[in-house]
Amino acid sequence: MRTPVFIAIQIAIAAALYFSFRAINNDYLFFAGYTVLEFVVLATAWNILGGYCGYVNFGSAGFFALGAYSAIFLYTVGQSVDDLFPESLADVMNLIFPLPLPIIILVGGAVAGLVGLGMGYLTLRLRGVFFAIGTLALAVVLQTFIVNWSFVGGSRGAYVIPPEKIPVFGPYIQFLFVLMLILVIVSLTTARLIERSQLGLGFATIRDDELAAEASGVPTLKLKLIATVVSGALMGMAGAPFPFYIGYVEPGSAFDLSYAVNSIAMPMIGGTTSWLGPLIGALLLGTLQQVITVTISSAANLLIVGMLLIGFVIVAPNGIVGLWQSLAKKWAKA
Amino acid sequence: MAELGEEMGKGMSAPILQVANVGKRFGGFVALEDIMLEVGAGERVGLIGPNGSGKSTLVNCICGTLRNDTGSVTFAGEAMDGLATHRRTRRGLARSFQLPRPFMSMSVAENIRVPLLYTVNARSGSRLAHGELHDRCMELLKLVALDAKAVKLPRDLTQVEMRKLELARAMAAEPKLLIADESMAGLSHSEVEDIVALLIRLNERGVTIIMIEHIMRAVMSFSQRLAVLVSGKKIADGKPDDVIKNKDVVGAYLGQ
Repeated sequence: MRTPVFIAIQIAIAAALYFSFRAINNDYLFFAGYTVLEFVVLATAWNILGGYCGYVNFGSAGFFALGAYSAIFLYTVGQSVDDLFPESLADVMNLIFPLPLPIIILVGGAVAGLVGLGMGYLTLRLRGVFFAIGTLALAVVLQTFIVNWSFVGGSRGAYVIPPEKIPVFGPYIQFLFVLMLILVIVSLTTARLIERSQLGLGFATIRDDELAAEASGVPTLKLKLIATVVSGALMGMAGAPFPFYIGYVEPGSAFDLSYAVNSIAMPMIGGTTSWLGPLIGALLLGTLQQVITVTISSAANLLIVGMLLIGFVIVAPNGIVGLWQSLAKKWAKA
Repeated sequence: MAELGEEMGKGMSAPILQVANVGKRFGGFVALEDIMLEVGAGERVGLIGPNGSGKSTLVNCICGTLRNDTGSVTFAGEAMDGLATHRRTRRGLARSFQLPRPFMSMSVAENIRVPLLYTVNARSGSRLAHGELHDRCMELLKLVALDAKAVKLPRDLTQVEMRKLELARAMAAEPKLLIADESMAGLSHSEVEDIVALLIRLNERGVTIIMIEHIMRAVMSFSQRLAVLVSGKKIADGKPDDVIKNKDVVGAYLGQ
């Protein structure tokens, strides 16, 4: 399938989803769907570094929060232009601010991508478990930084008041839902493009054997940095609309452990070798968690994700996609 | 080229590789001490030494996998010090690994594609067409008699086949200098002869080759020159027949 066809199919599915939700006319569907889609983006982003290159990132929450806090920063600046800038600049700034949400998402992605670049450089020589610990530490450092930065709310958190209605879409949540659908299309297309390109082959050599990759002429450092930047940027973009979705953000919720755990568990359960794995994993686990939140309690979410992850690692280490492939092979032989 | 190699002992006009005063320590252990080695363009050099004598460390320093503490490595007139391994590979310095390190998740043919895409393409600045890429892969695999296994995964290969794949992948980078690090360990008599013949054919096409090997039969039939490492020092360097009669070399191998 060529990329334009792939994009067209995604747009068709996204449109079908959006209009069927609208037809049902229940905003709760948009709220729940937004969270599932957010996890699709996070899982796909994680997989670019974790699945393709084999570098396990435990700091997804940090990148997600970077996006969220970039949005809060820009929102807060927009709220107090007259106080922050001298009069001569205020007029110009009032033209720029408040920034439209799509721009905020791009800025969030850029900030997280930049931090991803930094993380790539700092953890250059770390592999395996040491890299994982490094990324976890990065998330902790970022959280400490945010807690002590009062402009974005510090530890007491920050309120973001989105408009209730918006032209064309109606309720604001529908607008957020569509934005997240677009991010899903962007991340899935990016992942698939990487997979089928020379870059994807290079990523796989890093995952398999970095020394042999270098000896074959693969610039492993450069490729690793590309992966940390792309992965980080997509996570940041997933996080940027979060304050507008939730209304109130404090460090604990933006840096929540569930983002780190889910963005690892979803690709692992779905399968890490292709873009399809994280998508399946996120749709499955994301939806399951929404159902559990309603029927049992949101407190049970992580417990169930953890148990599923353990089960899959033992029974199907290559995830659902891998399980399917090996079953298909067996049937073909029989 | 082959005749030229015979002449190249000392005072070569255009060495392709110059290892000058290279030293490497791991903590208190001196792995390499003041190594001097010159290899002429087109030469076939054997590098031997007992286990732990520093052969692989020397290869790692030449290829940039390890940084030498002292001295310098010059390849094709250019100082290699501080240059990343992949840059050295692109300049024409390829190696095979002592223990085969195939890309396990990729088919045999894909393993060969990696250096074709990342070294040959990067060097020429152009892209091989899809069909041409496939032809080159198969051509290289045919050289090592692996063409029938092109779509197999490395884990389906035997040890011997993995060694051949290792060599084919190094050859795919179209090197000027190929360092074959124990490519023949565990191979049968006829397979060793096949590989030696293959390396000699490669050499006749103008590729300089350093062979690191324990199988003396292979080293002696292949090398125009022989260098011997013992405990991180080069103790002999010269015509193979002279070197193996050298008292120090005999002592190192058989015990004083």
